[in-house]
Amino acid sequence: MATNTETAETIRSLTGEYKYGFVTDIAAEQAPRGLNEDIVRFISAKKSEPAWLLEWRLKAFRAWCAMEAEEPAWANLRYPAIDYQNAYYYSAPKSDADRPKSLDEIDPELLATYEKLGIPLREQEALAGIAVDAVFDSISVATTYKEKLAEVGVIFCPMSEAVTKHPELVRKYLGSVVPYSDNFFATLNSAVFSDGSFVYIPEGVRCPMELSTYFRINAAQTGQFERTLIVAEKGSYVSYLEGCTAPMRDENQLHAAVVELVAMDDAEIKYSTVQNWYPGDENGKGGIFNFVTKRGACRGRNSKISWTQVETGSAITWKYPSCILQGDNSVGEFYSVATTTNLQQADTGTKMIHIGKNTRSTIISKGISAGRSQGTYRGLVKVLGGAENARNYTQCDSLLLGDKCGAHTIPYIESRNRTARVEHEATTSKISEDQLFYCSQRGLSQEDAISLIVNGFCKEVFKELPMEFAVEATKLMNVTLEGAVG
Amino acid sequence: MNETIPLGREYMERYPEWREALPGNDLPWLAQRRADAFRRFAERGFPTRKVEAWKYTNLNPLTKKLFAPGAGLAATPGALPADALDEKSVHRLLFINGRAAPGLINGRAAPEATHALPDGVRLMPLSEALETVPDLLAPLLAADAEPEEAGLLEMNTALMTEGAVLLLEPGVRLEKPVHFFFLTTEDAGEAAMHLRNLLVAGKGSEATVFEHYLGTGQTGHWTNVVTEIVLADDAHLHHYKLQNESKAAYHIAATTAKIGERAVYDNFAMSLGATLARNDIQARLDGRGIDCRLNGLHLARGHQHMDTTTVLDHQKPECRSSETYKSVVDDRAETVFQGKVLVRPDSQKTSAHQLNRNLLLSDEASANAKPELRIYADDVQCSHGATISELDEQALFYFRSRGIAEDVARRLLTEAFLAEMVEEVKDPAVHAVLHQAMTDWLGQAWPKGGRP
Repeated sequence: MATNTETAETIRSLTGEYKYGFVTDIAAEQAPRGLNEDIVRFISAKKSEPAWLLEWRLKAFRAWCAMEAEEPAWANLRYPAIDYQNAYYYSAPKSDADRPKSLDEIDPELLATYEKLGIPLREQEALAGIAVDAVFDSISVATTYKEKLAEVGVIFCPMSEAVTKHPELVRKYLGSVVPYSDNFFATLNSAVFSDGSFVYIPEGVRCPMELSTYFRINAAQTGQFERTLIVAEKGSYVSYLEGCTAPMRDENQLHAAVVELVAMDDAEIKYSTVQNWYPGDENGKGGIFNFVTKRGACRGRNSKISWTQVETGSAITWKYPSCILQGDNSVGEFYSVATTTNLQQADTGTKMIHIGKNTRSTIISKGISAGRSQGTYRGLVKVLGGAENARNYTQCDSLLLGDKCGAHTIPYIESRNRTARVEHEATTSKISEDQLFYCSQRGLSQEDAISLIVNGFCKEVFKELPMEFAVEATKLMNVTLEGAVG
Repeated sequence: MNETIPLGREYMERYPEWREALPGNDLPWLAQRRADAFRRFAERGFPTRKVEAWKYTNLNPLTKKLFAPGAGLAATPGALPADALDEKSVHRLLFINGRAAPGLINGRAAPEATHALPDGVRLMPLSEALETVPDLLAPLLAADAEPEEAGLLEMNTALMTEGAVLLLEPGVRLEKPVHFFFLTTEDAGEAAMHLRNLLVAGKGSEATVFEHYLGTGQTGHWTNVVTEIVLADDAHLHHYKLQNESKAAYHIAATTAKIGERAVYDNFAMSLGATLARNDIQARLDGRGIDCRLNGLHLARGHQHMDTTTVLDHQKPECRSSETYKSVVDDRAETVFQGKVLVRPDSQKTSAHQLNRNLLLSDEASANAKPELRIYADDVQCSHGATISELDEQALFYFRSRGIAEDVARRLLTEAFLAEMVEEVKDPAVHAVLHQAMTDWLGQAWPKGGRP
């Protein structure tokens, strides 16, 4: 703690203006570089947050300061030390004047990728961050969606809006799955989170449509410290989609998101992610550092949480979507495809904590490494003493494309209950000559053959994705691995 | 919690005195290696559970009190415990409470025993080897300056007092197994025995070694054993280990094997004894075409904690490795398996397969598994599997539906689970001992029959 006060003071003396507390200076568009209590207050004030939330952020910030030495080093990731004091923690959304004026100003390579993915021109503009007219199609679509959702009582809004409109719900559930002091990155997020989604599904409601960040107004600028909370009351169901297949550019290199899911009795949450942040160029320059804490609590009996992720972007991925299976008969699922190319590094997997009786979990993880990248599956299956008849099945397969990359599998399996049945299997290999020969014998080019085999390898996961996503994911896989195989 | 627990002050104070009494203290190279190792260990201390390789095993009990090296313990047992190993069927090197019992090699006078060995074979206690053939040991013993995952290895180097040395010249074939018999009696008390074995097999040589720990008392002593193995090209070594220390003892073992081209190394370890047992195996596959098999069994009950941690390091192409480890866990016991398979860049055409299966017999038993694949080459076939469960309900039902009593069925299924591994042991003399140990254990688990 002492060192941090010192650091904060040093920064204060260097920047001068801090001393007089810009807390009151609400007009500032961007917080100065660095992180200290004033910045946390500033963010909170900017969002006109209630006192309890500011207090919560500050608690998190203080916990984070005490954790300074605890930045996780156990992951199989190599990256230069992050200077947390040399980053911006708040910046208002870019004004239209600062944005690129038209697609002509956008990196042609990015446009080529959009083209391959078949993204309509209008959407390309939105994705590339071009200022668009107010009559942008999807906004009107979104409005219609909102009306429909309101009819059935589903709350789906930005977190900042939820804090004002539904403070009792946010207060009750925020940090209840991922406590503010959970881990280094989650704690940082708790202190400075920018925005994210808030979803509340009332009792017995089956959400009439798939909720997607894509259709949420303001979604474009959620920022680097996203905070999402989804609560599914008794007997409800929701499917939530995060991200999109198109590559996303972001000026901020450090991302630390937190996602919390709560499922009550008989509720089901399906959370699908396609992550395609900028991975850096072929020499590993640039790219997003993505440190995500995602956790779901199956609080109720017969509840179910299912994570599906397709991870192709980011220079560094550190992400372990987990399920705490508290309720009896609850079910946790994790389906993942993680692809790394060039110099990307991914250390991702899941945790399944079996607490309740008859809890079941399934883990299907597919890792594809190409170029000079390193992909790691890291997972924990833990069966506590009371988890009678718990059941886990884990399958982790890794595919290596090229001899310069690495694929690693590190599962932790702990069982404290005799009646539990835990099974894990993993394989690592490359595409066999036989498979390739079979395809080329039937007239497929090498590239088509590889794409066919890779997509077959991922099929078990893709079939868990909502249909539109699955189609895009298949295309995305082809684009990602294009040229990766020689 | 810190990453390490510092070495107690008493160790620091008394080390100079202990060092004087250690064998080979007059050899400068050895004195230097011991001093370096002690300094490094004193700097680092005992690993805690914060160290990844010790995540599931707590060495705290070993740091709480001083285990003085058991020098000067009487090496005169009563009668040797009856076991199935007929002395005529093995070359035996006997140690009692960590000291060589020279008068009892092969149950006869030492010279006679040595004469019985074929030419090109040296078999003797470490203390004797340091006196008679120090030059042979210098390039081999504790020669790895800074081992990667050291654990307690350096403490062992600093304090090693005795052990078995087997040196095979190129082309030698030993027909009978070599029996390293470490016996502890009631006299062992709370002593520490820092044992060091050295097995060196020259090009194309072949031998079977049976490393055997037996505790006849109830003592809470600590065996800290390191076995260094060097296999030259085309050598074959079948290495069996039975750990049946007293139930209160601590047994921390580390085996490092450096394996040359086309060599075959076969390790089977069965753990029954000790309250805390750790068996570390690091195999470095340092040549093409190696065949390496690591297998083992934990039979744990009471409050026993048993940990097997292996590292299979594929450093060269075209090697095959396979591992199967099984645990049967009863009462409140806990077992651990951590198996790392590392395939280095360019180690193409590697085949590495690993399996870990755990059977929980009681409600309080627990098992932990951490298989790990680290693959840096692409043309490989690697896999691992791990299961933790109780006996298969369907198999039990099959027995019950044929009129077999439940405890009989349970015993038979457990026996089948274990025997599958024990039956792989080729040497008949060693097989007999291991089989007997397994049968005795099962007999205690189902004392009221469980026999068809």
